[in-house]
Amino acid sequence: MAKRTFSIGGIHPHDSKISRECAIRPLPLPPTVYISVAQHIGAPAKPIVAPGDKVKVGQPVAEPGGFVSAFIHSSVSGTVKSVGPRKDLAGNNQMTIEIAVEGDEWAEGIDTSDTLVTAIPEDNKAILEKIRLGGVVGLGGATFPTHVKLSPPPGSKCECLIINGCECEPYLTSDFRTLLEKGEQVVIGAAIIRQVLGNVRCVFGIEENKPEAIAHIREVIAKLGCEGMEVMSLKKRYPQGGEKQLIDAVMHRQVGSGALPISVGAVVQNVATSLAVYDAVQKNKPIVDNSITLTGECFPNQANVLVRVGTPLSFIIDQLGGMPADAVKVISGGPMMGKAIANLDAATLKGTSSLLFLRADQTVRGEASNCIRCGRCADACPMGLEPFLLNRLAKAGDMDKLEANAVQDCIECGCCLYSCPANIPLLDVIRMAKADVMKIMRARAAAKK
Amino acid sequence: MSKLIVSPSPHIHSAVSTRSLMTDVVIALLPAVLCSFIFYGWNQILLMFVSVATCVLLEWAITKYLMKKPSTIGDMSAVITGILLALNVPYTTPWWVIFIGAVFAIGVAKLSFGGLGQNIWNPAIAGRVFLLVSFPTYMTTWSAPKGLFGVDAVTGATPLGVIKEGLLQGSTVPELMGSFSYKDLLFANIGGSAGEVCALALLAGFVYLCIRKVIKPWITLSIFATVALTSLLFWGINPARFTDPLFNLLTGGLILGACFMATDYVTSPMSTWGGVIFGIGIGFLTMMIRYFGSYPEGVSFAILIMNSVVPLLNMWFKQKKYGRA
Repeated sequence: MAKRTFSIGGIHPHDSKISRECAIRPLPLPPTVYISVAQHIGAPAKPIVAPGDKVKVGQPVAEPGGFVSAFIHSSVSGTVKSVGPRKDLAGNNQMTIEIAVEGDEWAEGIDTSDTLVTAIPEDNKAILEKIRLGGVVGLGGATFPTHVKLSPPPGSKCECLIINGCECEPYLTSDFRTLLEKGEQVVIGAAIIRQVLGNVRCVFGIEENKPEAIAHIREVIAKLGCEGMEVMSLKKRYPQGGEKQLIDAVMHRQVGSGALPISVGAVVQNVATSLAVYDAVQKNKPIVDNSITLTGECFPNQANVLVRVGTPLSFIIDQLGGMPADAVKVISGGPMMGKAIANLDAATLKGTSSLLFLRADQTVRGEASNCIRCGRCADACPMGLEPFLLNRLAKAGDMDKLEANAVQDCIECGCCLYSCPANIPLLDVIRMAKADVMKIMRARAAAKK
Repeated sequence: MSKLIVSPSPHIHSAVSTRSLMTDVVIALLPAVLCSFIFYGWNQILLMFVSVATCVLLEWAITKYLMKKPSTIGDMSAVITGILLALNVPYTTPWWVIFIGAVFAIGVAKLSFGGLGQNIWNPAIAGRVFLLVSFPTYMTTWSAPKGLFGVDAVTGATPLGVIKEGLLQGSTVPELMGSFSYKDLLFANIGGSAGEVCALALLAGFVYLCIRKVIKPWITLSIFATVALTSLLFWGINPARFTDPLFNLLTGGLILGACFMATDYVTSPMSTWGGVIFGIGIGFLTMMIRYFGSYPEGVSFAILIMNSVVPLLNMWFKQKKYGRA
């Protein structure tokens, strides 16, 4: 039988998982951490500490600024030095809490031991509250507050929980290492989420290029005797880890345009999120650290490291031998959807999954030439769009036709630009057109009300 | 600290470029080119040289001096047009005729529309059809060649020409078919344009392009299937008047056209289903021209006509969008 995968488009970039054998290891604490209050989708959190306050690891330093928002915790123990704007990865100012590190004292009630806690609390409300207090957000990239995602709107029913272990972006290995090294915790985290959703079917979606992880999670599920859980080996194909693509691959269902996964009975959570849920519910431990892959052919000390949230990137890089001389681009995330970093003094966020170093020959784009109408962009688009057409319509500024041709469905995965033999900056143009069209659609929806 | 490049994602690119794709097409054409050299000798080599050189130099000159843009000859597409044109004329064509054809193909059919990607018609076919209507004598005269190694390989008239002429004079197809064997057709032992003569070399190139994922096979297969089915139908009804499917698949420019000209990115539909319909159109029109037209051969006309329909096919046949009915 052919292996499962999503049904439309997709590409097969070389997976370049060169750091796959590097076990996750903790890095020393930095002298200072810089904790942003905007680490999630939704309203930024509101700082609840002032300069001079003493804080401990895991103590909340900012509270949710709205319904779709999340708690933020101190990742170190020490003294708050300042609360104010500081430049983030992209060089934009964000409200940031600066904490000088003094020792490593944890807040009360947090279980820092390695003991595996397998018994899951029965009260789902209490579980959701712990997830909320733990500041858990989706760590697969979108950083959507998890407690909101796990409270489906009335009338909708979840049928299947998908744990996203695809890690389909080239180079990234932190989820893979987490599955191997923290498999028990991830599985228990998934069991907790499954219980909250009403004991639904739970599927781990893992790509076949990670056979060790597939075997290990199967073993763990059998060992812990978890019910309703299975591991599905998926064909290697980008962007399988995209929520919509993964639902298509696992459930053979497609989420309608503008609709949420729950509309087809699906909830998708990332491996790292599952681990964070375990920590928050079983150990009372909020998100204070995360695993980050440092990789790239030009980076000599390939590593998967555990760092505290708010650690300056330059500190991490220095700990691992410094900036490679021939790297011209540093990317936060994978090479397909990650963001190029403008400011290495910026600090990590909860959702930071990797630092990828690329040489000029790996990343500098070729000169754009005429479209040769080969259709490779349309073949690659996992949403079934026609990037060549959207590019043309965007240049003509035809908003109606852009909307009719579903520019708003674009997931910005980059397959079109990756595939274009004429090096046309398709996604750059489409991204801007999409933002314009969505603005018009929102204005229209608001006018209807 | 060194300066960092900041640009939007994606940060990596597949190694596939216009140049690499076009180079693959040139490689795929090499077996047929070699065959044509061996069968037709020095005159064919001269035609190939004149055709390719004219296409490339003219494109360079026009982009540089008329369009005042960076030269596009590096993308290799002009080389393909040159090769295809030379494979599309009889080896006996005078060199200045193919020169005119190349000037028309590149100057009129390609660059006057704005260059690669902008043209509506396949430049090589447009060039061939221009020559066919301008110099019918040169384009339809075939005489027994001396090959590169003095092999006296081919008969004087194309099989399709023999049939057409014979039917007009009252003969029946089975009588006329006596002069060919399918083995001859497959192994190039027939008269015709250089590129019509070696089916196996062309098919090898087609397989190479499919394996390298330069083209998808659907357009080509759809043409072959339509030609086979259409001729099966007519031949089944009246074998005395109509030629059989295998004969139609192996003769004329069908294989060259279906494998290398109908699959031209620029002038074929984007979607798979659009391509299938495009192929059905080419196959059907080819057979109608062969059976009922005044020209013995119809592949070029069929491709040109279907090229004109491509914008409509692109509008009508789109691939399925995710999560939309």
